[in-house]
Amino acid sequence: MTRKRRRLYILLLCGIGLGTATALTLTAFQDNLVFFRSPSDILAEAPPPGRDFRLGGLVEAGSVQRSTGPDGRPHVTFRVTDGQHSIPVQFSGVLPDLFREGQGVVTLGRLGPGNVFLAREVLARHDENYMPPEVADALRRAGHWDPARGDPPPASGWNRLDPRRSGG
Amino acid sequence: MSSTTAPRGMARLHLLANPGRFLRVSGLLLPWLTGAGLLCLALGMVWGLWLSPPDWQQGETVRIMYVHVPMAWLAMGGYLALVVLSVISLVWRHPLADVAARELSPIGAMVTALCLATGSLWGRPMWGTWWVWDARLTSVLVLFFLWVGHAALTRAFDDPDRGARMGAILALIGAVNLPIVKFSVDWWNTLHQPASVTRLDAPGIHVDILYPLLVNALAFSLCFVALALAATRAGLQERRLRALQMAAARRAEREGG
Repeated sequence: MTRKRRRLYILLLCGIGLGTATALTLTAFQDNLVFFRSPSDILAEAPPPGRDFRLGGLVEAGSVQRSTGPDGRPHVTFRVTDGQHSIPVQFSGVLPDLFREGQGVVTLGRLGPGNVFLAREVLARHDENYMPPEVADALRRAGHWDPARGDPPPASGWNRLDPRRSGG
Repeated sequence: MSSTTAPRGMARLHLLANPGRFLRVSGLLLPWLTGAGLLCLALGMVWGLWLSPPDWQQGETVRIMYVHVPMAWLAMGGYLALVVLSVISLVWRHPLADVAARELSPIGAMVTALCLATGSLWGRPMWGTWWVWDARLTSVLVLFFLWVGHAALTRAFDDPDRGARMGAILALIGAVNLPIVKFSVDWWNTLHQPASVTRLDAPGIHVDILYPLLVNALAFSLCFVALALAATRAGLQERRLRALQMAAARRAEREGG
């Protein structure tokens, strides 16, 4: 065995060891690496009372109610859903531009009385789909997609769509 | 020599590893690479910043993507190149791989910093925050520290060979971060979106936005390679100069003493 080959084998062995160690560590910390928890997670295992955590999911269609709070700040209530369960959320303050029904959100706060989530911060979480406004309009007009109800249909159906030809 | 047992492709690699030949070939290639890169960049920027449509929900802000995404790809692709160079450096002890790795890391640190900065500028108007500690953002920050650490470590020793070896070991240990960066958005829930382009089904980007993105990615990649080649050439010549100076100093010392 030449020295080069020996060095190569040592390197491979170290690589396998390091990779295994990392994989084991990541598996062990799986639950601590989540940035937010879904409504189903919260209902299955309620976090300790008074502890801050992040709740994430989609803004449920038809659940957004805006008002002005007693302090003059905009006040909004909505429900965050993951398709199976939903949790009501209250928030006072300025929402990000992308906030709308059907949009992904990540909210930071704690559970209040009656399992209402009192949010201190609301962040918008957009999906991985990008399309010109005309294409989105064409999909909506054709009845293929309602943005308030979630993500657009599979991308292969629209990512080559020419709105000038299909749109009316 | 092992050239009789090594496969043909390896022999060709050894051929290119000759610093003199590398300087000759890269000198011929460099102007073409630079020209093609700048031409693509001009085309990509005009296409991306003016001619392409806005996004239906993100509006004009989506144009940050034409810089952010190529920088992210280069930060990871460049690190992959650093890993390959480090293996060559540790196993075959090619001085050219040492020099290339040493010169690559500041460029890699720069593109990773640009990826983080443009991402932050994008996150503020869209997500509503400059920064969050989710798995994707944190792992890219670790990638940035790895690049900076490699650049510092390879330059921290008086003996450049020793610095190169330490840098190569750091780069290989840091390689575990690469799949974490790539798959963080799939393994854990993050604020950052999942992959739009590099996924198994059709790209989630309409072609009117996807094509300018790909042109910009090609443009920045060509510029990256041209920059890395130019820096490696400079590093090689610096090393030659140093060797000549050392030889001259030794000669002077012999004659003086």
